[in-house]
Amino acid sequence: MAKPSYRDIASNGLWHNNPALVQLLGLCPLLGVSNSAVNALGLALATCVVLTCSNLAVSLARGVVKSAVRLPVFVMIIAALTTCIELLMQAFTYELYQILGIFIPLITTNCVILGRADGFAAKHDPARAAFDGLMMSLGFGLVLVLLGALRELLGSGTLFANMHLLFGPMASDWTFSLPSNYPGFLLAILPPGAFIVMGLLIALKNRSDEILSERAKARQVAAPAVSRRVRVTGVIE
Amino acid sequence: MALPRITSPHAKGSNRTQRLMTLVILATLPGLGVLTWLYGIGNLVNLLLASATALLVEALVLKIRQRPLVFFLNDRSALLSAVLLALALPPYAPWWLTVIASASALLLGKHLYGGLGQNPFNPAMLGYVVVLISFPLEMTRWPGIAQVSPGEGLQLIFGLAPLADGWVQATVLDTLKLNHSLTLQELYDSHAAFGLLGGAGSEWVNLAFLLGGLFLLYKKVISWHAPLGMLLALLVMSLLFWNGSGSASHGSPLLHLLSGATMLGAFFIITDPVSGATSPRGRLVFGMGVGIILYVIRAWGGYPDAMAFAVLLMNLAAPTIDYYTRPRTYGHRQAERGFKLGE
Repeated sequence: MAKPSYRDIASNGLWHNNPALVQLLGLCPLLGVSNSAVNALGLALATCVVLTCSNLAVSLARGVVKSAVRLPVFVMIIAALTTCIELLMQAFTYELYQILGIFIPLITTNCVILGRADGFAAKHDPARAAFDGLMMSLGFGLVLVLLGALRELLGSGTLFANMHLLFGPMASDWTFSLPSNYPGFLLAILPPGAFIVMGLLIALKNRSDEILSERAKARQVAAPAVSRRVRVTGVIE
Repeated sequence: MALPRITSPHAKGSNRTQRLMTLVILATLPGLGVLTWLYGIGNLVNLLLASATALLVEALVLKIRQRPLVFFLNDRSALLSAVLLALALPPYAPWWLTVIASASALLLGKHLYGGLGQNPFNPAMLGYVVVLISFPLEMTRWPGIAQVSPGEGLQLIFGLAPLADGWVQATVLDTLKLNHSLTLQELYDSHAAFGLLGGAGSEWVNLAFLLGGLFLLYKKVISWHAPLGMLLALLVMSLLFWNGSGSASHGSPLLHLLSGATMLGAFFIITDPVSGATSPRGRLVFGMGVGIILYVIRAWGGYPDAMAFAVLLMNLAAPTIDYYTRPRTYGHRQAERGFKLGE
């Protein structure tokens, strides 16, 4: 199998094959905890660490594990890493750990992680696998944080509230809030809001892809016309 | 002599979308009149705001989707959604609430699914639910009869100056839901929201919508199946679970038929030809489902009135109802159920 370049891995993870916007994997935590930016960021960081480390570990173990038992082994690796993250969060960001609750252990069952482990890490060398894990989880995390920020802003009229849960006391005044008479668009915080905002984000992504490909096509069409004219003027000269 | 070859059917109907929508809008006039007479200019202002927003959003989306602008704007379907929404919203809701409701009705309810004729949900009810869930406080502020003068109404709607909350009055269904101590007779005697049979104002509003609905039936714009099914189901449910007239009563059948959004829903909302069931029998079942859900939520649910939720839930069920109620087609011995393979 040809080795994908790091550039391809990055563009796939962040945009063309974005786990949240294109593969639509891991929607459960994506929609479940994206009701504020701090929750989203907390889960995004946890997922990022787990995915990068699990990709690395799976890639290292790929020669040893037989194909018949690979899925249980991968899940064990992921579960072990998730447990580490869970204990770390419990130790250092206890309040956030309590808010995120069941969604931290559920990182184990996040399809993005098992999907990348089986689909990419098991077939590529450790460096590429780890980079892919990083890029995929960045793509996932960016969408998660964007969704969380949008929903928080629409729903409660604040942005980056309670950041001290994640970054300690110095972040307690990072909150940006709309004027206090903003009534709060509750639907955005409630579950339907997650689906609607997510749908709008996917639509935005697809539309911008469309515009980009139209432009690329227009450029391709324009190119031969220019070269033909050059030839004609050449004859006249 | 060249004869033009015309295939059947030769009958020419006048039932264009435009005409139907205009008739439905006309039929809401008695209800709108009574609302305005009882509660002041609130609903008229809502109507203007909602219509302007709806037409603007419709034009914008049509432009983005590169559809013929004049053709679709002229069919008045956007206008009808706005009118129904304006009738359903509390009369003195803030202007931004009406604008959000109207815009989400058109955007989320209609155009995201592909425009007129493609929407699985009733756009007006979807817009209503969006604001009902998002702004519960503003959506429960219903005025008492003749409590708000036109000037104060504009103040309330555009948030120019705060007004004391004296104009707000709990509706009949609110009061009934929260009542745990008074008998029905005591409620009718003591509480200003109760009228002769139902709510003091809402019974007249409902009768006016009934009148408009009968006009639509007479004009054959709507069929009788869905309204009858819904009203019958509501009647039967409220008879069965009436529970006497003590403090645990759920209210008499007449109270349920003549309060809240019953008649508006029965004749104007669930008769939507797009989001409801298609066949006559299907419409009957659809209406009954709405009636039952409406009563269940009114009696035991978390909201005092539930027309919008009942309609949206049954809209979800409409394809299944259609699946099981296909009529027998000519030449077939029995009705086909479901879809053929390869279709």
